[in-house]
Amino acid sequence: MGSIVAMVPADSGVEQTSAAASRLDPESAGWLRVLAGTGPAREAALARLHEMLVRIARGEVGRRAPRLRLVGPELDDLAYQAAADALIAITGKLGQFRGESRFTTWAYKFVIFEVSAKIGRHFWRHPDIPLDAEDWERLPARFGFDPAQEAEWRDLLAALRRAVDEELTARQRRVFVAIVLNGVPLDALVIELASNRNAIYKTLFDARRKLRAALAAHGYVGDD
Amino acid sequence: MTAEEIMDGQPELDRFLRTDPRDVGCAQAMDMLHIYAELAAVGGSAEQRYPGIAAHLRACGPCGEDFDGLLAVLRDQAP
Repeated sequence: MGSIVAMVPADSGVEQTSAAASRLDPESAGWLRVLAGTGPAREAALARLHEMLVRIARGEVGRRAPRLRLVGPELDDLAYQAAADALIAITGKLGQFRGESRFTTWAYKFVIFEVSAKIGRHFWRHPDIPLDAEDWERLPARFGFDPAQEAEWRDLLAALRRAVDEELTARQRRVFVAIVLNGVPLDALVIELASNRNAIYKTLFDARRKLRAALAAHGYVGDD
Repeated sequence: MTAEEIMDGQPELDRFLRTDPRDVGCAQAMDMLHIYAELAAVGGSAEQRYPGIAAHLRACGPCGEDFDGLLAVLRDQAP
């Protein structure tokens, strides 16, 4: 634990934290005061916070574990890494805490985000499918289409594929293929494309809108 | 067959293609997640108060997962 504390820089937003502390619940104000300070009290608080973050990270990793290809020691490593990185993020952003929730809720958010990011990174250790693969045969299963009723959806899916080819930008098409066809998790694609969650989501959001409009223009879906 | 009849049989595709104009995106949802989750954890009207975040959490798998995780922590710690 000592090494984690040593890695955590003193926060530069002390003035903001003092201002925020004046309108907080007592427990949150206590956290903010001691973390914005220096010396043994701060080190003790960092150690306590780290302990809490490890517990939350382990719980979150355990909650997600049934859907992950991770086992015992890997799960624990991931939880510890997430807690360590969350602690650094929290102390670096102390000045941004506005007191709109309890301090611990705000802090736990960062460890949840770190768990997500690390799971995304882990995906590329054993990817099922290369990023550039394009297996359109997976599309019916992806959307739960019944093979026995292919006659009903064949034209719809052909129109969807045509719209993907003709309406989407190269970037939108790449994101659609990775996430929808290849089943790459969004957080994993973020790492592969050196992007961020918001940008990838927005790219896919715009692609979804375009595809719906194209299908609506050909009478496959109703206009909203 | 009408467009509505075609999509009635394909609810997953319909759900995927449907976008909500209130959706605030990941950046704003992540920025506000602790506030939204705390309100939801005490049974408050998070969806009514923050409809754009609610719309986003319904549509975005990763942000929805993060919200579920944070909410589980808060509920676990509730007295």
